Amino acid sequence: MDLFEYQGKELLRKFEVPVPEGRVAQSPEEAADAARFLGGKVVVKAQVQVGGRGKQGGVALVDSPEEAQAAAEKIFAIDFHDQEGFKLKQKADAGSLNAQETEVWEQKQRQAQRASRVLVERASDFTSEYYCSFLLDRTKRRHLAILSAMGGMDIEAVNEEHPEAVVKVGIDPLLAFSDFHARALVFAAKLDTEARKETLQILPKLYRAFVELDASQIEINPLAFTAEGRVIAADAKVVLDDSAAFRHPFFDELKAAHEVPEQEKKAKSLGLNLIKLDGDVGIIGNGAGLVMSTLDVVKDAGGDAANFLDVGGGANAEVLSNALQIITENPAVKSVLINIFGGITRCDLVAEGIIDALGRLDVTVPIVVRLDGTNAEQGRKMLADAPHPMLRSADTMLGAADLAVRLAHGEQS
Amino acid sequence: MAVIVDNSTRLVVQGLTGSEGSFHTGRNVEYGTKLVAGVTPGKGGIEHLGVPIFDTVKEAVDRTGANTSMVFVPARFAADAILESYEAGVPTIVAITEHIPAMDMARVVAYLHRGELPATLIGPNCPGVISPGKANVGIIPGEVCTPGPVGLVSRSGTLVYQIVHELTQLGIGQSTCVGIGGDPIPGADFIDVLEKFRDDPETEIVVLVGEIGGDAEERAAAWAKDNLGKPVVGFFAGREAPPGKRMGHAGAIVSGSQGTWQAKADAFKAAGFPVAKNPTEVAQLVAELRGE
Repeated sequence: MDLFEYQGKELLRKFEVPVPEGRVAQSPEEAADAARFLGGKVVVKAQVQVGGRGKQGGVALVDSPEEAQAAAEKIFAIDFHDQEGFKLKQKADAGSLNAQETEVWEQKQRQAQRASRVLVERASDFTSEYYCSFLLDRTKRRHLAILSAMGGMDIEAVNEEHPEAVVKVGIDPLLAFSDFHARALVFAAKLDTEARKETLQILPKLYRAFVELDASQIEINPLAFTAEGRVIAADAKVVLDDSAAFRHPFFDELKAAHEVPEQEKKAKSLGLNLIKLDGDVGIIGNGAGLVMSTLDVVKDAGGDAANFLDVGGGANAEVLSNALQIITENPAVKSVLINIFGGITRCDLVAEGIIDALGRLDVTVPIVVRLDGTNAEQGRKMLADAPHPMLRSADTMLGAADLAVRLAHGEQS
Repeated sequence: MAVIVDNSTRLVVQGLTGSEGSFHTGRNVEYGTKLVAGVTPGKGGIEHLGVPIFDTVKEAVDRTGANTSMVFVPARFAADAILESYEAGVPTIVAITEHIPAMDMARVVAYLHRGELPATLIGPNCPGVISPGKANVGIIPGEVCTPGPVGLVSRSGTLVYQIVHELTQLGIGQSTCVGIGGDPIPGADFIDVLEKFRDDPETEIVVLVGEIGGDAEERAAAWAKDNLGKPVVGFFAGREAPPGKRMGHAGAIVSGSQGTWQAKADAFKAAGFPVAKNPTEVAQLVAELRGE
């Protein structure tokens, strides 16, 4: 779960990581109130999960409550894009999109995010901006701390152009973070001399937050050295490990602030793992790897998947029936591909679920079914014995993908 | 031979008395796997599926000579269960459990890697290991597999079934199929399993099934090129998956441009290993390599 900046900062404050004083506002009026409460210069920041929000107008430095209100009003009306989307937007504004870019830009526009909150914070002048993060190093299978004096910008770009300026220190999870790790980071990163002492104190606190919150990543960019000589987390990107929710009851509360597509929400409540995509071939499969591969073969057949849906292992008839309902409720879907390789999952139960869904729903798009593995023959026979005008079967994964794509494109089989 | 599990496997199951543990272990026993004990704290002394249940793994090992443990306990207890098996001296641990917190696995894997005891951890979040005709530890449906020369290692469970099925269509069997699991921090990674395939005379060709994210496939390709001495066919799921749904921003900084489908395919091609576009092509490439 990716947290909003304000959520991340609230958590970090509990670990005594210095963050600017601030208030969350859900309307321009609340933003004005927050500015009045804080007094003086404040910064109004869109709470969205995209990179480069500042470039897109999502951050405003203002002098008064009235200005804060006006800034918030503007921010609430911005369509925020990811970095690729923003590049395309600039091209679109300049009228220089080619045909392929136009197609991608149309997709990106549908994925745009609006801010439903702004964070109003007391502003301070920065002498320097650093970068700091803690994460899991999958390659070396341990924790990793990263510190750079070149913060406040895209750290990947810094890493490419000045790899020597990005200091990485691995941490054995059994040893945990020790002061020598902090010194190794701070001295090698060549922070301003006056900023070193406070940074040395902040790093162990960030590590403690990283471990105790079950974060998969904590990124502070920038970690700011202020004109008053303080070091503060001016931004915060915290990603929590959903698998650890059982020992952190507050994860659910944090999640409630996130907007999830209606279809994904409904799928989740039914125990299905769904990610909405932009194509027109609905996908149902079992196992993340097989479903990902199904998306790939649909693309190879010239189509685009409308979703990723993994019914998981051991799915029963009810799960399949629900899955089919959710997929066919998406008006963009022109055909459905059900690709099941039964291991724990029994194909006869899959067939039962499909027959149930076809019986209770008004399904108007073709459904291509490919069954293999446990009880596949039985499942295929059940489907053959329950003919439905929209139901098609296929013998192989590739054949099924090909048929589903042709049907989505309006061809008759 | 075969690797990890075979006729000498003596299996203890942690969580044998649970419904999942009972069901899948039952299938493993039907397949011919030698089950010797179960462990459920507080239920020591009873019998289940024809074997004694113990309170601790240590007791099970001492009394039955178990040499392989399968972990079927819920996620919140699973990291502890893995460590219990390790400390009891079990050399092969297969963890099926999904959703173990990554922070727990980082500690477990770091501890196992100190190497005071020789142990192989397969998983977590994996379908287990099958050596066709010899032993099956996990949830891979035994009936789709046949004995033969292909060693298969995969991050995905259902893709093991799909690809084994495709191989079977062409009459090609498997020495051992290993599901290493889909977690960011697995016990054994691709290279750990490739080392075992290298030393296994029955394994003539390796199929490596990866997916987007991380750089385990890239590292495996580089290692196999210089060390495996056997051909590898690669296949990776997720070429068309939307970016950003899995990989964190700072994750990308550690491995540069690695983690994408293209990076993995490029690494394989650079090592001289063919990459299949889909599961069907995996079997075709294997058949070509065998000169069929």
